[in-house]
Amino acid sequence: MTNINKSSERLIATVVSNKRVGQYHQILLNVGQMVNGCKPGNFVAIKVGGDNAKMILRRAFAISRVSHSGPYGGSMELIVAPFGQGSKWLCAQIEGATIDLIAPLGTAFGIPTEPVRALLVGGGYGSAPLFGLAEVLKNRGCRVDMYLGASTGGKIYAPMEGKRSVNVLKIYTEDGSMGERGRVTEPIPGLIADGLVDVIYSCGPMPMLRAISHIVAGSDVVHQCAVEESMACGVGICMTCVLPVADSEGNVSMKRSCIDGPVMDGSQVMWDLVGKIPEAHA
Amino acid sequence: MIDLSTTIGNAWFPSPLFTASGCASSGKELAQFIDLREIGAVVTKSVMSKPRHGRPTPRMAETPSGMVNSIGLQGPGIDAFLSHDLPWLVSQKARVIVSIAGETIEEYSTLARKLRSAPGISAVEVNISCPNVENRGLVFACDPDASRRVIDGVRKTLGGELPIIAKLSPDVTDLVSIAKGVVDAGADGLALINTVLSMVINLDTMRPHLGGKTGGLSGPAIRPIAVRAIYQVHEALPHIPILGMGGVASGRDALELILAGAKGISVGTASFGDPAAIITIQNELIELLSVRGFTSVAQAVGFAHRPVEESENS
Repeated sequence: MTNINKSSERLIATVVSNKRVGQYHQILLNVGQMVNGCKPGNFVAIKVGGDNAKMILRRAFAISRVSHSGPYGGSMELIVAPFGQGSKWLCAQIEGATIDLIAPLGTAFGIPTEPVRALLVGGGYGSAPLFGLAEVLKNRGCRVDMYLGASTGGKIYAPMEGKRSVNVLKIYTEDGSMGERGRVTEPIPGLIADGLVDVIYSCGPMPMLRAISHIVAGSDVVHQCAVEESMACGVGICMTCVLPVADSEGNVSMKRSCIDGPVMDGSQVMWDLVGKIPEAHA
Repeated sequence: MIDLSTTIGNAWFPSPLFTASGCASSGKELAQFIDLREIGAVVTKSVMSKPRHGRPTPRMAETPSGMVNSIGLQGPGIDAFLSHDLPWLVSQKARVIVSIAGETIEEYSTLARKLRSAPGISAVEVNISCPNVENRGLVFACDPDASRRVIDGVRKTLGGELPIIAKLSPDVTDLVSIAKGVVDAGADGLALINTVLSMVINLDTMRPHLGGKTGGLSGPAIRPIAVRAIYQVHEALPHIPILGMGGVASGRDALELILAGAKGISVGTASFGDPAAIITIQNELIELLSVRGFTSVAQAVGFAHRPVEESENS
């Protein structure tokens, strides 16, 4: 049998709330029992534009958090940047609107069985799923530090309530408009050298994930990253969202970021080959 | 009750709705959303002799009512396909049409030889029209002679048992002559149409957006091209079964292609937007046929070609 897309289903969900948070929208959807299958790192594929839209493909969004109990039952939170046509449509949906979605999709962040020292690194709205992850790690007794970075302060997503599960929250902006000036990856070599981190969880732009993988290489630190590649289907049938990944024997193949990801072992992604084609099969 | 069954050569299918090659991977991914036994058949992603990485990313661009893809036939190769993917589909009791693609005429024959002894296959789709190859001269379906030679080689290798469906490209001047050529060479049916060669330029980089530069356009944007192609070929070759595809996203679209002359319908890009689209389309098609007084799919095939009646002129 197959485990691909196991426990994912299509659902018509209702928008519970849609609030602007800085440059992002925090959208809460009532999804009922679906929350039971959702884990940090999973994503949702949403139909955009209504029934007669010329946009025929779903849009993938990381599930920021789920809540099992609330005034409306199980709910799912998304953090959306109104950047393209599809995300603008989603951000314009008001309370009570219905949303056609498929979830949960993709792999989830691996949760350690023993308490570890975890560093969560988010770039831009990539921080969204890290707050849900922080709660889970905290409940396992992990020490959770979170470093968030962006080009400018307006692109940092760091809600007040999310900080409860985090021991240390540091913010880095390239223009110095919030937190410390610099890139979020800059302090990581020092943390590793001082033996302060066992596992890095990252989510954000591909160059950031790549930089962390290079920093971690050669150390004992495990790097789990949520990759981002443009997807047509989100369920593994279109083969558009691939990136080169090595297996334990070093064989490289083009893996789908929708079903073999989005969470991958950063040490197995062949970052220098992303956007290229590995050598032909022997 | 509507009789939904259809045939292509000696292969019988309980439904005229099929997946489209390259839009269902090898079936496993869709099984969470649909019962693969409920559709006519799973048409597999085109498989080649060797494992293949395909083209570099980006591989996709959404366009109005469509998308351009440039996958480049990524796949596990025929040996892995026969040892893993095909047995799984057979174990699910899905009917299977295996799609094959080659870089040379000999490669198609090699693939056909490996399929000859594989159990559980209903038909073979010979994809001679994938637009995402490095050398446009290798798109066999753009060359009448090369098309014939590929099909001839596959026919001779396969023997007379398994039906052969030749998948053709709409990017030709005279589709009917290419269709006639492959039928003469031994094709039992035709798959119409493959994606339409196209390009998107990224306004940020001001270069072609796709890693492979060109790609294949699919989705509702190309449906009228499919309807035209099917109508033209059915008119010229009324007894040759056509597996119709190209932007079918509803029962209405499926019926349109059937009226043009398709005996079966493949659903491709619509599955990307809704993995259960094929079942929805099947249900809508039943309703539309029923409303029009058809009692079988067969009655509607090519119905748009019927002579004009006196009463219609008045």
